[in-house]
Amino acid sequence: MKAFSDIRVASLLALALLVAGGFALPEWALFLMTIGLAKALVSLGIVVQMRAGLVSFGQGLFFCIGAYVAGLMANFAGLTDIFVLTGIAVIACLAVGGLFGPLLANYRGIFFAMLSLSLSMILYGVLSKMNSLGGTDGLNVAAPTFAGYAPEGRALSLSLYLYTSFIVVAIGAVLRTGFDSQHGLVSLAVRSNELRVEYLGASVRRTNAINYVISAMLGGIGGVITGLAIGHVDPEYAYWTTSGEFVFVAILAGYLSIPAVFVASIILELVRSFSNLYFPNTWQMVLGVFLLVIILTLPNGLGSLFHRKREGGS
Amino acid sequence: MDLLLVILVDGLIYGAWLFIVSVGLTLVFGVLGILNLAHGSLYAIGAYSTATAVGIYFAYGGDAFPLGSYAVMALAAIIVAVVIAPLLERGLLRHFYHRDEVIGVLVTYGVFLILEDAIKLIWGVDPLFVYEPYDLLGMVEAGPLFYVAYDFLVIAVSAITGFAVWYFLNRTRRGKVMLAVIHDREMSQTMGVNVDKVFLLAFGAGVFLAAFGGALTAPMISVSPGIGVNVIIVAFAVIIIGGLGSIEGAALGAVMVGISRAASVHLMPELELFIIYFVMAVVLIFRPEGIFVRTQTRKI
Repeated sequence: MKAFSDIRVASLLALALLVAGGFALPEWALFLMTIGLAKALVSLGIVVQMRAGLVSFGQGLFFCIGAYVAGLMANFAGLTDIFVLTGIAVIACLAVGGLFGPLLANYRGIFFAMLSLSLSMILYGVLSKMNSLGGTDGLNVAAPTFAGYAPEGRALSLSLYLYTSFIVVAIGAVLRTGFDSQHGLVSLAVRSNELRVEYLGASVRRTNAINYVISAMLGGIGGVITGLAIGHVDPEYAYWTTSGEFVFVAILAGYLSIPAVFVASIILELVRSFSNLYFPNTWQMVLGVFLLVIILTLPNGLGSLFHRKREGGS
Repeated sequence: MDLLLVILVDGLIYGAWLFIVSVGLTLVFGVLGILNLAHGSLYAIGAYSTATAVGIYFAYGGDAFPLGSYAVMALAAIIVAVVIAPLLERGLLRHFYHRDEVIGVLVTYGVFLILEDAIKLIWGVDPLFVYEPYDLLGMVEAGPLFYVAYDFLVIAVSAITGFAVWYFLNRTRRGKVMLAVIHDREMSQTMGVNVDKVFLLAFGAGVFLAAFGGALTAPMISVSPGIGVNVIIVAFAVIIIGGLGSIEGAALGAVMVGISRAASVHLMPELELFIIYFVMAVVLIFRPEGIFVRTQTRKI
């Protein structure tokens, strides 16, 4: 029971910090935080799979589905309520993830990475060609409403940020519990030796499939929020470079700690927007150098800094 | 019938090009165990270097002997390989050989980001054109259509490259040593093989092949930023279809993708953009590790 109350305390503390930050931060920082946290959810999906030793290079698929749910519902059904949109995105990603998850559960390592990547590139191709959905230009997304409340300006940024904070903390708490559950521990065992897991009677395929579906839903939620925050969606959401950034954040954070994923994602957004500002022509280069330095100096990710205890046997 | 011929010819031309741009990737993966995401950038650097070199060649009296521009193209690719390969392999990649494959992908993703901006810094963002080598050989009539003879040159060069790589690996001493390293790195080392040297050689060959692919492509396109981004994923698809690390696989994958793409262009153009991934997904469903698979031992 102690662990359970630990999570509750940590979650409440994190939420209090985030909410307090929301009222203190300037609007550009709110936007940056919202995007950073939302994208962190997608990377968190990769971390869920990483715990079982798989790295998906195609999370852009679900990120894009989530974002397009927001865009399409706003443009064609007049739906702007963020709770409803998030729900639809989760259901859509659950359906797609449930379809591909069992299939992808047969693949490992680089093949899993590349097959998941090819799925997201297929979506990219389809969206680019569908002129009814805006083609490569994409769609504008209307500002979200919050159960009838339709804020504008700073109030909108703040509402979106608070909504994201709540979701992020809730998901973080659920996942932490999940990581320590039987399924979560089996995932870690799969990572270190899947043959042993099979001999002990657990199903590696099932574990991988479930992880994939969880990561799909996380990707969808991240996509919905990002789409609403930016106010525009286009097929680039499913492009491989987008997925690459998610993997980068996941590796940067490591699979040991959940808060590390959010920190890593926000760091990436900070590096991106500041290098964009100060080195407009070489920001990719800055990002690349940053990435290499991190991989060289922190082989186990940021999480290893504040999570000294080693999990599992690997 | 004519349509079939057209699809076949177009498919072979595209497949030949695909083979050239992907064979280096599969070679590097086979030897170093690193899936090089920067391969596309190296291809782009090859294309840019060629555009510059051929431009200089014609500016300084190359018109007297225009065929010499082909030698200049090859030379440009060699220079790219000699300059970049040791830098990347010695300076960066060798720190990651013992790490997970995915880390390798991420490291080269970082290199990709750096090189993309480096290219823009060196060559600017305006497109470059080197059409001379493309027009040099005139046209060829193939059935109902005319083709630029250069396209067939690509097929020939691709076939020669494939044969050369195969011959090197299977018939020369150095190549056999390389195969031994692919098969078992530690055992080769115990037998006295200088594995570091083999790695550098293999990576150098990979960089050369990427740059050479770019050199060969430069006359056919407008050389502009972003040409490498699209190539890399296509090349990945090809070598995944064929089986990672397999040269024969890359050849087969390239032809399969080439012909499927040509068929989709002529029959269902709306599928063209993702036919490659479709072929890849279908192949992986039936052959989860590609068509030519190396057997691997499993740890129990």
